[in-house]
Amino acid sequence: MGFLGNAPHLDGLLERLECAEGLEDLQIAIEDLRDSYGVDHMVYHWVSSSGEQYGCGTYPLDWINRYVEKGYLRIDPVVSGCYQRFHPVDWKRLDWSSKAARAFLQDAIGHGVGNQGFSIPIRGPNGQFALFTLSTTCSDAEWEEFTETNRRDLILLAHYFNQKALEFEPGRAPDPAQPLSPREIEAMTLLAIGYNRAQAADTLSISEHTLRVYVESARFKLGALNTTHAVARALSRGLIVV
Amino acid sequence: MIRYIYGNDLHKFPQLARSMFRDRADQFRTRLGWAVEVDVNGYERDAYDGENPLYVIWEEEDGRHGGSMRLLPTTGRTMVNEHFSHLTDGVEIRSPLIWECTRFCLSRGARPGVAAALMLAGGEVMQHFGVAHYVGVFDARMVRIYRRIGACPEVLGSDGTGRAQVSVGLWEFSAEAQSRVARAAGITPEMSRRWFERAFGAVPRPGATQAA
Repeated sequence: MGFLGNAPHLDGLLERLECAEGLEDLQIAIEDLRDSYGVDHMVYHWVSSSGEQYGCGTYPLDWINRYVEKGYLRIDPVVSGCYQRFHPVDWKRLDWSSKAARAFLQDAIGHGVGNQGFSIPIRGPNGQFALFTLSTTCSDAEWEEFTETNRRDLILLAHYFNQKALEFEPGRAPDPAQPLSPREIEAMTLLAIGYNRAQAADTLSISEHTLRVYVESARFKLGALNTTHAVARALSRGLIVV
Repeated sequence: MIRYIYGNDLHKFPQLARSMFRDRADQFRTRLGWAVEVDVNGYERDAYDGENPLYVIWEEEDGRHGGSMRLLPTTGRTMVNEHFSHLTDGVEIRSPLIWECTRFCLSRGARPGVAAALMLAGGEVMQHFGVAHYVGVFDARMVRIYRRIGACPEVLGSDGTGRAQVSVGLWEFSAEAQSRVARAAGITPEMSRRWFERAFGAVPRPGATQAA
């Protein structure tokens, strides 16, 4: 399989996601991301508080049309298993025991969706809900290893997609960039000038664990996948100066 | 046994839910004297119960609540960010990889293993859902209990004094901590995993089956 444990150019891809100006750009981003991870499909699907839906992704058009035409939304265990939830879901853990669900799965596999899937539910503001999904064809063991290895990155990516999509919601004023608190700025500054975590924690008179939590939080606010990338973003946005 | 139940599914476990909210009133208002609201039914509920949290609950053999905690991702509304940011150096803690754990509650007369069982369940959630850290709000007397069961949080700060003291702390869970806590709980890892799978579904063991 073409799975990449740690796709090397995800950072560049995130930059392009950050610059996305419309749904077309999200579509390009999700195709790139699918290729980077070497899975068959990647889909982002959003349902707003007023029930509007849209999304982007790589499912074949005839599968999307069939899904709508057959009213699969009502029997899809992925939808019922993720709606109102916030934990990521391996499709194998869902309840496929009903005849309708099994037939649906066979139809999905027949349309090239794949026999494996992993979905990340996202709760946005005001009842907004989105689902970020990867699917592919491989063995259970391979899928287990892939999702274990990439789970945290995928959870972050799912949320970054959603934050971007929220910006495109009609009538929505863009959120001001999430500010970093003075303490997070101090922590990122020390890491930027080459302190390791122990040194940075010591300088700030906090424990390494606390530092990790502050850096984790800053990383999310900066839309980054790792600390190096977070530091680069904080520098390029002028949030920290070294 | 441990149950994992989202707020919108609590109605399927009426006795468990009722006794949990009553035990919370007993712990937080009666015993600790916190300024929490208790409704006409004797339930202690707050705004965060309305956010459809994931409850981790120890169910006694008679079906009643023995202990519980409440989990929410820090990407949404959290008690720490809305009420305790002065205890986190002013840092608004926000990440889908950091979840908040609040309302850690033990019923009167809960046996000592219950706290450890809840911590063990917290470890299952971390391991399976990609959670890297918990940030928790708890009463100071819990620190002693956490230490005894081998899952000590790192206390970031505390508010108030005596019984009314509230602390904010962080947990992460190493494999060693996990096995310490399992011993304290008197629960085998297999049993713990079975309870988790009962709530969230099982996956075939790697290598056991090969898909098409």
